Amino acid sequence: MSAWTVIAHTEVGSGGAANILFSSIPQTYTDLVLVFSSRQETATGASVFINPNQLTTNQSTRYLEGDGASAASGTLSRIFTADTPSNATANTFSNSIVYMPNYAGSTNKSFSIDTVTENNATTAYQRISAGLWSVSTAISSLEIIQPSGDINQYSSATLYGITKGSSGGVTVS
Amino acid sequence: MTDRPTKLVVDCSLPEGHPDKVQIIPLTDAEIAEREAQAAQAAIEQAEREAAEAEKQANKESAKSKLEALGLSEDEINALIG
Repeated sequence: MSAWTVIAHTEVGSGGAANILFSSIPQTYTDLVLVFSSRQETATGASVFINPNQLTTNQSTRYLEGDGASAASGTLSRIFTADTPSNATANTFSNSIVYMPNYAGSTNKSFSIDTVTENNATTAYQRISAGLWSVSTAISSLEIIQPSGDINQYSSATLYGITKGSSGGVTVS
Repeated sequence: MTDRPTKLVVDCSLPEGHPDKVQIIPLTDAEIAEREAQAAQAAIEQAEREAAEAEKQANKESAKSKLEALGLSEDEINALIG
């Protein structure tokens, strides 16, 4: 069995925040998982960007998406996850889980993202994505950035370190 | 008070409860400029995604019309292209 260890958890306070940055990430785990729940102050851009090592380059994502009315797929030159916009039902927050295997290794880094916005109405996004950061450097920091406005109070982010089990695999128990 | 945007910085090397574990830091001018650039890029990419989806839908409608003109029923067309 693997072990999930909370490396850090934070919640956005009053006034919101433009970015959340996890710095000095220990290099001692097998994988990383980011669990993120958020809402933003504007109605535009129901996404936040994820910048490994605070870098915005060499990123790409392929995604499958539903918005309550139709399905879509595509690519984007950024790694991104959902952020519930301000015009969604009050007090609803997005939910995301981002899995980053072998984050401390010396190969390109992959991001498996399962994410939804929340809304008590027709339009809400659900998306699965495969992200790639084409850089072999170990991930030592993770930045979550909402460029359109602040991330609202009560949004939260938890970073887990995953330690593989003795079998060599990673199993959630 | 200032309305300068802030970032929430969590130092993962420090233990819980350490006074410097979580800091709220105003963005620098360079960070604000970078954020604005990312917002502009996000808007462009959103527009591109919407345009691509609209083109895909238009092509689908066009294909349906052409198939109807060939005499296919709606059920037959849906069986082909959904």
